[in-house]
Amino acid sequence: MTATADATLDRHAARPPAAEGGLLGRVGLLGFLTVGLLAAVLFAAGRGQLDVPATEVLGSVLHKLGLDVGPLPSHPQGENTLWQVRFPRVLTAVVAGASLAAAGALMQGVFGNPLAEPGVVGVSSGAAVGAASVIVFGLTFAGTWTAPVAAFVTGLVTTLLVYALSRDAGRTETVTLVLTGIALNAMTSAALAFLMFLGDQQAREEIVFWTLGSLNGSRWEHVAVIAPIAGVGLAAALVLSRQLDLLALGDRAARHVGVDVERLRLTTIVVVALLTSAAVAFCGIIAFVGLVVPHLIRLIAGPGHRMLVPASALGGALLLVLADLWARTAIDYADLPIGMLTSLVGGPFFFWLLRRARRTAGGWA
Amino acid sequence: MTSLVATGVDLVLGGAQVLRGADLTVSGGEVVALVGPNGAGKSSLLGVLAGDLEPEHGVVLLDGRPLGEHRARELARQRAVLLQRQGLAFGFRVEEVVRMGRAPWYRTPAEDDDDRAVSAAMDRAEVAPLALRLYPTLSGGEQARVSFARVLAQAAPVLLLDEPTAALDIRHQEVLLGVARAVAAEGAGVVVVLHDLSLAAAYADRLCVLSRGVVVADGPPRAVLTDELLSQVYEHPVRVADVDGALVVVPVRSRVGSVEEATCAPS
Repeated sequence: MTATADATLDRHAARPPAAEGGLLGRVGLLGFLTVGLLAAVLFAAGRGQLDVPATEVLGSVLHKLGLDVGPLPSHPQGENTLWQVRFPRVLTAVVAGASLAAAGALMQGVFGNPLAEPGVVGVSSGAAVGAASVIVFGLTFAGTWTAPVAAFVTGLVTTLLVYALSRDAGRTETVTLVLTGIALNAMTSAALAFLMFLGDQQAREEIVFWTLGSLNGSRWEHVAVIAPIAGVGLAAALVLSRQLDLLALGDRAARHVGVDVERLRLTTIVVVALLTSAAVAFCGIIAFVGLVVPHLIRLIAGPGHRMLVPASALGGALLLVLADLWARTAIDYADLPIGMLTSLVGGPFFFWLLRRARRTAGGWA
Repeated sequence: MTSLVATGVDLVLGGAQVLRGADLTVSGGEVVALVGPNGAGKSSLLGVLAGDLEPEHGVVLLDGRPLGEHRARELARQRAVLLQRQGLAFGFRVEEVVRMGRAPWYRTPAEDDDDRAVSAAMDRAEVAPLALRLYPTLSGGEQARVSFARVLAQAAPVLLLDEPTAALDIRHQEVLLGVARAVAAEGAGVVVVLHDLSLAAAYADRLCVLSRGVVVADGPPRAVLTDELLSQVYEHPVRVADVDGALVVVPVRSRVGSVEEATCAPS
């Protein structure tokens, strides 16, 4: 099927005209997502084996900021739990979710295909190979930054590979894209298996849990590393968003309206690798966030990237905060792997998207 | 006034030489139609003029400077291109697609003109009623007209149109070429690839006839459209008639029963 046929994925989108272009519509959706995210953060930080009401969480945050407002946690361990365990974890979820969803939106823009996603096409597992090498070989060349740097390098290589392999005559056909993802996922799985074979018992366990994706054990040091990476990536994504719209016209037509296509594409791929490495470095592989969130945002606000990128980032953060809350509270005294949860929900969603793409394209022979 | 001049263009695509020493000059104020049989190199010549294809030999000068020396954005303010096939990867609305034509003017003084240029272009291409429709849900002809509106919104002094009428009904063919004429009258240079020779004769100031990568004729319609030349180029007997002052080009059709004769190439 062609990129043109992919577009029909969005043909049933019934979005109200008011939600696009108009400043009010933009501010409305972004404002709604921001408020939702803040509320989710306060609520999620309070939930767990030791419950702290959201008002006390808010009070604790305000006191830290020097505002003597609101109640402090009433439980003696409340303050400690919040600041040493919960907040790093919730903020890691925010950073990882925002990065993955924004990376998905960028990838879909640059491939001109709504099914491109870091997890699906193997970029996440590519980045995972770099981070796993750090675990197995005990690399520390860049301190706490070692894992993200290694993840960025292998993630970048994988993204370039996907791009080179799945692109033909200026467009990316869905079948080629998905098959390329299968091939790359096979290769990166082999690399991960080999790393586990090389590693000792402890490294093996670490890698296994980490490929399932988990926010367990998030620390402030990790947040301090991935938040700046994600910040840079998101800022770059916002700068690129205006031009990404034009890429939807196809390579030649985009050039005709003044886009330096090659440069835009390479820059975007670097940004995708940056965002993916920020998410993967400490949290492992959390798939489908980059697929589900941008798709939902497109249904509400249309495909314009100036809205899609920031709204996806906020929506991804919101989704992952809630998913992580569920992962650690669904079963008492157990911490489910969050990657398992997102795949459980995202897999069928992906399948549904594929079916729709196939139907609108009249089958794939 | 903007001019686009191609001199001695040789182009090889996939091992086949598709253009041999092609020359073409377009000046502001005129409509030039590129005509010729399938595979004659019309789209390739247009691609070279647009800067998409790099010729083996020869140069294309835009306002006296080689095309390659213009940056992508600068070039987009000088020439707009309508491709034969227009795809769109996501479900943008028609108005958003037309507005994409204004991208080269982002952060320039002309940006203030965006809203007016977009609505004027949609009116001219008769797509204003479609403004809120999603582009992928439009018919092929409607998509072609929306893309034409996008090209008009770009407000470039040179317009390159590759078979813009292919998917259009008679009325919209006439409307589109009428607009192309009007844009030329306002000072733009227009190059348009056409298959319908009668249409080309009616709207173009000059016809450039291509055959097997070579420009075999270039001049006003009445000078170029002759029975001999067309019959030779199209390898089919063709007659040019004058109907109430308009040139009409018709293939000579033999009656049923003598098909072999008609399909034979003239010696």
